Amino acid sequence: MKFSEQWLRSWTNPALDTQALAEKLSLSGLEVDGIEPAAGAFRGVVVAEILSCERHPDADKLQVCQVSTGNETVQIVCGAPNARAGLKAPLAVVGAELPGDFRIKKARLRGVESFGMLCSARELGLSEDHAGLMELPADASVGEDLRAYLQLDDSIIDVDLTPNRADCLSIAGMAREVAAFTGSPLEPPAMQPVTVESDARFEVALQSPQDCPIYLGRVIEGLDLSAQTPLWMQERLRRSGIRAIAPAVDVTNYVMLELGQPLHAFDLDRLRGRINVRRARAGEELVLLDGKTVTLNEDYLLIADEEKPLAIAGIMGGEHSGVSEQTTRVFLECAWFRPASIMGKARDLGLHTESSHRYERGVDLQLQQQAIERATELLLAIAGGRAGPVVQALDESHVPRQAQVRLRKARLTRILGTELDAAEVEGIFDRLGFAPQADAEGWTVTAPSWRVDIAIEEDLVEEVARVHGYNQLPVRAPGGRLRMDTVSEHRVEDRVIRQLLVDLGYQECINYSFIPAKEVAALGHESLGIALANPLSEDMAVMRTSLLPGLMATLDANRKRQQERIRLFETGACFLRDAEEEQPLRLGMLLTGPAEPENWANDRRLADFFDLKGDVEALLSLSRGALDFAVPEQVEPWLHPGKSAHIIREGQVVGWLGALHPAYQQRWKIKGEVLAMEVDLAALRQTVPPKYQPISPYPSIRRDLALLVPQGIRWQTVEEEIWALAGETLRQVKIFDLYTGGNIEKGCTSIAIGLILQEDSRTLLDEDADRIIQQVVNGLQEKFHIQLRS
Amino acid sequence: MQALKEITEQALKAVEQAADLPALDQVRVQYLGKKGEITALLKTLGQMEPEARKAMGGAVNQAKQQVQQAIQARREALQQAELNARLENERIDVTLPGRGQHRGGLHPVTRTMERIIEIFSRIGFTVAEGPEIETDHYNFESLNFPPHHPARAMHDTFYFPDGRLLRTHTSPVQTRSMEKSEPPIRIIAPGRVYRSDSDQTHTPMFHQVEGLLVAEDVSFADLKGVLQQFVSAFFEQELEIRLRPSYFPFTEPSAEVDVRWDKGDGSEPGWLEVLGCGMVHPNVLKASGIDPERYIGYAFGLGVERFAMLRYGVTDLRAFFENDLRFLQSFQ
Repeated sequence: MKFSEQWLRSWTNPALDTQALAEKLSLSGLEVDGIEPAAGAFRGVVVAEILSCERHPDADKLQVCQVSTGNETVQIVCGAPNARAGLKAPLAVVGAELPGDFRIKKARLRGVESFGMLCSARELGLSEDHAGLMELPADASVGEDLRAYLQLDDSIIDVDLTPNRADCLSIAGMAREVAAFTGSPLEPPAMQPVTVESDARFEVALQSPQDCPIYLGRVIEGLDLSAQTPLWMQERLRRSGIRAIAPAVDVTNYVMLELGQPLHAFDLDRLRGRINVRRARAGEELVLLDGKTVTLNEDYLLIADEEKPLAIAGIMGGEHSGVSEQTTRVFLECAWFRPASIMGKARDLGLHTESSHRYERGVDLQLQQQAIERATELLLAIAGGRAGPVVQALDESHVPRQAQVRLRKARLTRILGTELDAAEVEGIFDRLGFAPQADAEGWTVTAPSWRVDIAIEEDLVEEVARVHGYNQLPVRAPGGRLRMDTVSEHRVEDRVIRQLLVDLGYQECINYSFIPAKEVAALGHESLGIALANPLSEDMAVMRTSLLPGLMATLDANRKRQQERIRLFETGACFLRDAEEEQPLRLGMLLTGPAEPENWANDRRLADFFDLKGDVEALLSLSRGALDFAVPEQVEPWLHPGKSAHIIREGQVVGWLGALHPAYQQRWKIKGEVLAMEVDLAALRQTVPPKYQPISPYPSIRRDLALLVPQGIRWQTVEEEIWALAGETLRQVKIFDLYTGGNIEKGCTSIAIGLILQEDSRTLLDEDADRIIQQVVNGLQEKFHIQLRS
Repeated sequence: MQALKEITEQALKAVEQAADLPALDQVRVQYLGKKGEITALLKTLGQMEPEARKAMGGAVNQAKQQVQQAIQARREALQQAELNARLENERIDVTLPGRGQHRGGLHPVTRTMERIIEIFSRIGFTVAEGPEIETDHYNFESLNFPPHHPARAMHDTFYFPDGRLLRTHTSPVQTRSMEKSEPPIRIIAPGRVYRSDSDQTHTPMFHQVEGLLVAEDVSFADLKGVLQQFVSAFFEQELEIRLRPSYFPFTEPSAEVDVRWDKGDGSEPGWLEVLGCGMVHPNVLKASGIDPERYIGYAFGLGVERFAMLRYGVTDLRAFFENDLRFLQSFQ
């Protein structure tokens, strides 16, 4: 809600400057979003009258005008198309300053001298209008300073009203609030009901009284709508962000801004029979004032006549029945629509109007009579005419009751944490126009008709607190009964997981949760993707089914920023259609480029699967053994089939890791091996507390073997067999060398291992170790044809 | 006697001139070895008169000791010099960078969120989570937003064809937590939220932290107290706050909280809006099966990016989601 400070002050004028007034409004809950001057910074501009215009001898588009400034006549060269003798317009005289530090000097235009500049509205920072000179009314007093004439030393205050404060969507409402908060008296302008001079009337039938129980109408005849809306009214409209158009619409807008009641004017000659306020029929069409055709259904409330829809109630009028310059007979509408009947309707049609904004939030139930009289008064003053009687259609049974709400003293004290004086509470209600009835326990409060938001006790608590001042209420330090929370050793905190990855050199990133549909398809996840109904763009159309596409996008963007060594991780939800766990939280990692940061001491080796695996092993170790790797029959399609594995927990696949499939990677045109992993955070979060294992005090024996392992036999298989063969004396198996080629038999890999053997209750003897090693060697030979390297 | 004196002088001189340990050892052998010159003098004592032998014996032993001491001293000096030389030889340029990995870093939003959680968890708030694809019920209805209510228009909502939506705030976690547990409830709910809005100062996804406390003995004064302490704890300085009446469908009374913020550019500190809060609306308590006559609650919600921007001086909101490593690594 934007309004002119002067206008507000004409209703109530507290002894506060603009800034202090704005602060007061903000602290009362009407947040001031901005304050701007009503006009650009200029001086030296006066009301002038063009006395004569002649063609410029050397320029087709210029005229040489003789202009009166009141005490002298000056010559002005002007290019405006509407410059004409008799026009009154703003003149910036020599020495004037216009917005943008533009100083007016004596000039010579194509050989003709000019002593100033006639101005458009835009040149004065008043509006965007630059079609021609700003036309001032014929009765404007020539010579008067324009700022004084238009009262431009004014501020436009923009208040960001919350949806509950419909009562403040008007100057009257703002003034009520300011008066309540400052104690400054409320002095509304004098408003006179007009004398009824005609008996012309147009009947109204409430066919849907639950939606519209109050509808006032009035016929006004003999209007001259070619008349000009007075400048003061145009200016107030302009300062409220509404463009003046023509008297009928300007007056209805003005009264809406002044009192908060939307009105509509119909061209009576276009109406047939009577007004029917009814629900639309499915498929009914209406061309709106903005030229758009809408198709309606039973949810919409219509203003119709006997033949056709005329307007969507509370939202916008129709083009056909709108008033024009030629209209002489008007039917003025002033109704109360139930908010629930209007809510959401404009939005569904892609509309938002000043009227719908107010009706959705709730209009004062007792305002209609005053508003229609006020609008008639103003319209007659501009366009003449004769008013008929106000025709009121009313269905009392559907008029909502004034809310009566209990406020218990004890409840007030309990919620606010302090006891307020009963006199103060009653004083607050009084200032706000609430009628409290005191009793022993508290008050029964009747809210004023404009406070449609007051429904429950807490609403009253807020009103009392608001006027008392939130910042004057007590502060209490956090307290309460202490309770020790379990610090679980069965759960790994996300913070610990993230910290481990940070320590391993990974940088966390946060990508949007929605990705392009083609990225979902690239993973083969079409059936899992959950698409938004109203995405912002194609690139943010489907919820991610994996963290990988986001990590890839981040990799790609940073590669383009010349980053070479990249290690990323992200935690967040993924979204899987119809999955048992629809929104699993996951952790994803990605790495590429040199294994170590570039350094004088290393060989710039590129990271490979085992760099990733090592980091993942560190991560999985947080689960204390519950998580392991497995080699699946078939891997995810985006992974290199020979360089990837699954992460499992209790036999269930909970994640994957590996090098990306070249075909997948090719889509991003990224060269070099990229390694990635993803795991369910829920699986990582589970762990068990450590358990003490006795340590043997006896010395251990290490024996090294070089095994020639035929290709196709995985290390994991060999290792499991070694453990089985060696029995419980074996404590540790280490691989210290891996070698192929050279003098190693083709089709074999030489794996050099160290076995650490130890007993718990005695010193292990060399002979025992020899015997165990022999068992291992024999067993491996028998089962896998593994030979010792000679 | 004269010979002894000469030999001793020669010996001391030779010790002094020995350039290294082997040379010094040769000097020792030459004078004090089995066939050494001073040793030889001792052997001549047997042929002397008792008187002379006593005098000579004392002198020779003294000379021997003197030379031994000189050798010992010289040995130590030479050993020290040798060690020094070795150490000098082993000198490296310690200003070269170390080997090994670099640390990574947390995203500034996560870093901020973790600090907020840490601060609240120290006074007994526990972390609660909720889904990001939410139902209309939890995101709006249970929070006292009736269908088509204008307050919904303040939330530009992403919808799915099945009528569900991406949560527009972390407030649905309030209802979900209250349904699952009995008061007293003290939770903090951090998470991602979504609004269909993208420009200089809005990103379609951002982060909030929601706080909720429901108990028997709670008032607006407690809400003010907890927020005052939080703001000071987070910014590590005493900051003045003020509350302005506002409107959220799920709290009544409702307030917006401003802090008095010094931009550090020499201008007068002004009020800056940082969070929203209020006393839980009785309809919200009722929707979660909690008796609003018995229990009172307060709730607050804050934008994590806003706090991160103020804390770390970030001026462009969108930078948080561009994931430029140069930006992210500046928060290591």
